[in-house]
Amino acid sequence: MRYNERELLSLARQPAEKAAEIRMSVPKKGSVLKKRLVKLVVNFLFYFRTDEAEPIGALLLEHCRITKEEENIFSISFIEEPERKYCFECASEQQCQEWVEALKRASYEFLRRSLIFYRNEIQKMTGKDPLEQYGISEEARFQLGTHRQ
Amino acid sequence: MKLNERSLAFYATCDSPADNSGFLYKRGERHTAYHRRWFVLKGNMLFYFEERESREPVGVIVLEGCNVELCESAEDFAFAIRFGGTKSRTYVLAAESQAAMESWVKSLSRASFDYMRLVVRELEKQLEEMRRGLAGGCGSSRESSGSWKSSGLERSPERLPALPTILPKENGCAVWNNALGAQQPSDTSGCGGHYDEGNPRPPPLPPRRRVSSGSAGSAGEIPSTFCRLHERYSQEVARLRQDWLEKQRGPR
Repeated sequence: MRYNERELLSLARQPAEKAAEIRMSVPKKGSVLKKRLVKLVVNFLFYFRTDEAEPIGALLLEHCRITKEEENIFSISFIEEPERKYCFECASEQQCQEWVEALKRASYEFLRRSLIFYRNEIQKMTGKDPLEQYGISEEARFQLGTHRQ
Repeated sequence: MKLNERSLAFYATCDSPADNSGFLYKRGERHTAYHRRWFVLKGNMLFYFEERESREPVGVIVLEGCNVELCESAEDFAFAIRFGGTKSRTYVLAAESQAAMESWVKSLSRASFDYMRLVVRELEKQLEEMRRGLAGGCGSSRESSGSWKSSGLERSPERLPALPTILPKENGCAVWNNALGAQQPSDTSGCGGHYDEGNPRPPPLPPRRRVSSGSAGSAGEIPSTFCRLHERYSQEVARLRQDWLEKQRGPR
């Protein structure tokens, strides 16, 4: 699949929501945990060799499942292939919990649901649609229920 | 750089609703010929397929840090997705009508994660300020906020916005978006067992009213953040899904 690599690389260089050196393994046979610089930017998780400027890879965090595994370890898998897991071994249980929480909220879809929730809550309290002031109340992406296509 | 392409392809083709879709002409990178492609916008990802029925996208444009503008072109209804930075490519697209062009320009210019996050933070702030204002009210605030809450819920019978459904796969199991995992301990609200109408369809969404009134230990309290509400619904959903799965296995 073609993608705009230059822009993705530029995204990888931006300040991260969260970044840490974490041991990570990919879902390939014989794969072992290796120390990587893991960086969360918008809904992408980039991972680098610790001394390199360009990421080895990027994971788009949509339709994924973040699972707390055994001690200090969490995994990311994707809904269409739940057995293929990217595993991450953190330095502490606390770090592990923080990453799990952050990654669960990292998807665009989660953000969209938050927006719809807040919009609805504010509308109930004030009787007014808070998105009107931005002129985006009619946008398909912000509608409750099924989106228009 | 490796990308989780299989998951990307799944995201592009699964049943989750698109923010926009339609045919657009895309100008080639090296040659200036335009190719008609089927475009699907989901979140900050603009996928394009060779045909509408294609099972996999030809490519994807990640829409972070871009500007969308009208542009001069031999083609009518042309617009461009422009990225900052030297050597960055500009994607030139053309719609098939004025209305389509305007619709695309509007949806693409607001497609970034950054933009969405901005709006969410703003609304979050507004809600916090409003709640603080309410809490600083009179002594019987609990009672009054309780009645306000229930009437608000009754006014909005529309389904839960936090859980868009994905249609069941061939094996009959529904797939949930960003499932938070069935390993969540089920809460002690004791409000299970509602869905026994013998409905073979995907599990129904829990009605808002029931969750807010039935939750253990927080009678009358609205979770102050979306995340807590989300967690609570997810436990409920996990339990319902479990019940539904068991029911599905039953008659076999």
